[in-house]
This record gives sequence, structure tokens and C-alpha cells, in this order.
Amino acid sequence: MKILVAVKRVVDHAVRVRVRPDGSGVETENVRMSMNPFDKNAVEAAVQLGEAGHADEIVVVSIGPRQSNDVILTALAMGAHRGILIEADGRVETLAVAKLLRAVVDEEKPDLVLLGKQAVDDDSNQVGQMLAGLLDWPQATFASEIKVVGGGLEVTREVDYGRATIGVALPAIVTADLRLNTPRNAALPMVMKARSKPLAVRPVAEFGIDVAPRLKVEKVSPPAERPGGRKLGSVDELAAAIKSELSELEAL
Amino acid sequence: MAVLVLAEHDLGKLSASTARIVAAAERLGPVHLLVAGQGVAEVAAEAARIAGVEKVLVADSPALAELTAEAVAKLLAELAEPYGHIVAASASTGRDAIPRLAAKLDVMPVTDVIAIHGPNRFDRPIYAGNAIETIASGEPKHLLTIRASAFRPAQSGNNAPISAVGPDVAAVAKFIAAHRTESELPELSTAQIVVAGGVSFGSAERFALVEDLARTLGAAVGATRAAVDAGYAPNDWQVGQTGKIIAPDLYIGIGISGALQHLAGIQGARKIVAINKDPEAPLMKIADIALVGDLFEVVPQLIAGLKR
Ligand SMILES: Cc1cc2nc3c(=O)[nH]c(=O)nc-3n(C[C@H](O)[C@H](O)[C@H](O)COP(=O)(O)OP(=O)(O)OC[C@H]3O[C@@H](n4cnc5c(N)ncnc54)[C@H](O)[C@@H]3O)c2cc1C
Repeated sequence: MKILVAVKRVVDHAVRVRVRPDGSGVETENVRMSMNPFDKNAVEAAVQLGEAGHADEIVVVSIGPRQSNDVILTALAMGAHRGILIEADGRVETLAVAKLLRAVVDEEKPDLVLLGKQAVDDDSNQVGQMLAGLLDWPQATFASEIKVVGGGLEVTREVDYGRATIGVALPAIVTADLRLNTPRNAALPMVMKARSKPLAVRPVAEFGIDVAPRLKVEKVSPPAERPGGRKLGSVDELAAAIKSELSELEAL
Repeated sequence: MAVLVLAEHDLGKLSASTARIVAAAERLGPVHLLVAGQGVAEVAAEAARIAGVEKVLVADSPALAELTAEAVAKLLAELAEPYGHIVAASASTGRDAIPRLAAKLDVMPVTDVIAIHGPNRFDRPIYAGNAIETIASGEPKHLLTIRASAFRPAQSGNNAPISAVGPDVAAVAKFIAAHRTESELPELSTAQIVVAGGVSFGSAERFALVEDLARTLGAAVGATRAAVDAGYAPNDWQVGQTGKIIAPDLYIGIGISGALQHLAGIQGARKIVAINKDPEAPLMKIADIALVGDLFEVVPQLIAGLKR
């Protein structure tokens, strides 16, 4: 099968972001950026399907500023074959991202599209589901296991009550959860090799899709601070403190 | 215009989160509460008792038994026309179906809403809750998922009329198996007290200490991602950015460092208690009550102390 993987360049997950004092957003200048962690799981899943003989071509696509080349190169170093960067500056909303991805699907005709289940910057958790809706394909979101069975997939999903296993026919959309796999760190020769793999850069305007945001971000504010409290000296004090919390709760 | 709200239910029971999203949705207009599933007559009867519900719609069909995104989105699309808002809880079903529906209706949704300022103005967290976005939507219809724990539940005491809607839906994905975590402890996402443990417990057997303390307190159990990844706790106990977001009155975190992705899940907790051998752990710094100590000594003593 042919697999398309969508990846996003985001503020590194280990960075604690700061809200700009004027409320216009979070500070992204001079902040470490990297591939969205869930997208790494998606790339890894695609590469593993390739290694198991189920996939013969893996195409990676990213939508974002020119620097998103970085994350495409990371995916190519992990084992993807070819990259596409749809160059777009500024905020591109999830619905526009899904429409751009549909255009890429129409061109590339993959059997499977893998995405991360959410991006750790806007935490939207929307694009995979939207792409599935636009294409009218089945979706298996929040995947922690993917098996190729017959001509389709058996996907185990992380859900509120535990896990659920579903069967989907191809073509399909699968979004990756963190427990799907452990993404590899590409070895240096693979990183060097990635630079010679094809990477097409295409301006967003080429697609003729309206990407103007429909939601207005009025302001961005920091969350309420938790000032911290008291340190106790013994387990007895802790038991007493918890008991008094419990009686307060009963009184409520 | 009325608001269409998708009820959360599981194993023939209405979920506690439903009353919370009804209370939130009521601010947007009269609530029509949709109960979708198979054999859900009793759930619908329960739903009709939630205060603020104008009517209950029931879509009962084998194709809705597992509430797959395809079937739920199709059902909602069929019913969408007269509604100004379509609302679901920010939980497995809503997260899966609302964006799919949004694409079908060509509407940009707002997910994980934690505050409602008006019919088209909402707050939602970004960056694992380290920033809050205030959004104004100009969309003709508003598709929302709402974080139930951010809202107080609607009261009970109503007798809303119930009517059937005939959905023309088919389940696309084939359901193969449910792997449920069996537990007699309260439901994590809406529990009043939560006891959570980290990877430092070192084994599933020793993680049972968390459950013992939870049982003593009548609390639900939570875990860090590291504890789940290590196999000490099931995935549906994970609390955080990519697990459950909780807002208990009392949260007790044991041997948990307090990584920002974990803190994302407990920002709404009223009181935080932390037990850790490292006084500098981030969770210890934000805790209302902190005790420095070795959890293997502290927890058994604490259980004994609470029983006294
Ligand atoms: C994209 C992404 C999403 C994530 N989502 C989540 C999420 O949803 N939820 C989540 O929890 N994590 C999440 N994580 C992981 C998160 O970053 C942390 O790795 C994780 O929360 C750490 O778990 P922990 O506190 O159990 O372990 P550690 O960080 O290893 O902390 C262990 C703590 O136990 C203490 N300790 C050790 N031994 C003892 C003892 N004997 N007695 C007392 N204290 C002791 C230590 O001092 C330390 O503070 C995510 C990470 C990423 C990258």
C-alpha cells in the first residue's frame, strides 16, 4: 500500500510556553521547535508497515512556514521516501489543513493516511477526523495498535473505558496515540541520506483553497496561577489534613 | 435557536458528564438532548429528568450500538438543520465525531470549551493548558465539544418529553472487541476525589497501594503516562494532556513529578495534595498540601491513619 503521513512543526513538547504580555499569543521567538510528538508515532507506524512489507511508498506532507522543512527531513531520515511542504505563513485552521490534505490525497491516492491524534500547540484533535469526513473514508482515531488483516486494518483505539478494537477497510484514516510505538531516532547516515530524498515545496496559493481563518482569536491569557501551599512534617499531619478536607467536602 | 446536545452514556447508564454539558449548553439556548445508541430507552428516561432539558430525542439503532464516528456524524448531520449549536462532551465519542461532522457541514468547530462568554465566544486551553484562547466564531452554526469537568452539573428534577428520531445511518467500521477496565471505584473523569500514582511505584503489584488508598477514601484512581506505559495502570486511568482532564475537589498525587503534560489534566482541581521524596518536584511546588517522604512508607501509614 501507499501511505501518506501528515506532520506538523510545533513548539517542542518540553518547552513551557509563555503568554505574551499583550495577550496576542504565546512567545514562539527563540523557542525550540520540533515535530509534533504524535506525528512521530504516525511516521514510525508508517515506516514499520514498510519494514513489514505492507507499504511500498511513504509520502510525508507538512503545512506551515518554510522552516517546516526540518520536520519533513526528520521524517525522511526515519524512513519516509518523499516529502511535500505546502508553504503557508500565519495561522492555518484545522479545517483548511484538512482541505489541503484532501487535495494531496486526490493527487497521491494513498491507501492509508496516518496523522498524529492532536498537535501539542493548539491541542485541537480535529484534522484526522475532518479529513475522513471530507473524503468519506472510515476513521480509526487514537490508535495504540495497527494490524494489517486481509485487505484492511484492525486498529486498537484508546477510549474512555479502556481500549476498543475496530476493523476498517482501506482506504482509511488512522490517527496515532503515543502508545502506538516508540519512534526511532534516525542514525546519522539516515539523516545524511534524507537530504537527497525528493522534497517538493509548493505555495499554498497553488491549491486554490480558501485558508482565511474563520475563528477570531480575541486574546490569549495565562492560566490561573497555583501559588503552592504548606509543607507538612509527618504522615499524621497529612492524615489529619486529608480528614479535614473530607469533612469540608461533606459540608458542601 | 435550540441547542442539540449529544448525551454521554455507557453500559446502559447516563454518564455524569451529561448533566454538566447540559448545564453549559443551556446558556446557549433551549436544550434538545439526543440519546443515540442501541436499546437506550432507560438512558433516555434518565436524560429526561435533567433540569433544563426541553426535550429528549432518541435515536435507537443497531448501527449506533458502538457510536462510531461515521454513524454519529451522519446522525448529527441529518438532525443539524434547525440548530444553532451542536454540542458534545469532550470525550471519546464527541472528539471522534464532532470534527468529522464539522468537515461535512463546512464549519470550523471549537473543541474542548472550558468557558462560555456568549453564543459565539468561548475559551479553550492550548499548549497543554499553559495558555487559554478566547475565540469569537463567525460561523453560521457552532459545533462544540465541551470539557464537562469545567462546568457544574444541572440539577435533577424534570420530566421532558421523549420522542424518537429515525436515523438513516450505517456503521462503517466493524466493531471487533471492547477491552474494558473493570473497577468498582468511581468514574475518574467526574470523581470528587482522585488518588493518582506515578511510575515510581515500580510494579503493577505495588501500584495497588494507590488503589488501596483510593478505596479508603471512596476515590477514583488516576495515573501518569509513565505509569501507564510501564504497564502499572490501564490507559483509561491516565490523567493529563492526552489522558483524562479532571477537576476533583481533592487530588492526591503520589510519586508524581508533575510534568506539564500531567499538570494539564489537574489544573481544575480544587485542592492538590502531593507526596514525593523530592521537595523540588514541580507537583510539590504547586500543591496546596505537600509531604516529603518515601511513598512506600508514607502510603501504608496514611491508610492506617485515615482508618483510625
Ligand atoms: C506529547 C506528550 C504527551 C504526554 N501526555 C501525558 C499525559 O497525558 N499524562 C501524563 O501523566 N504524562 C504525559 N506525558 C509524559 C510526561 O511528560 C511525564 O513523562 C510523565 O507525566 C512523568 O510521569 P511520572 O511523574 O510518573 O514519572 P517521573 O517524571 O519519572 O517522576 C517520578 C517522581 O516520583 C518521585 N519518586 C521516586 N521514587 C519515589 C519514592 N520512593 N517515594 C516518593 N516519591 C518518589 C520522584 O522524585 C519523581 O518526582 C506526555 C508526554 C508527551 C511528550
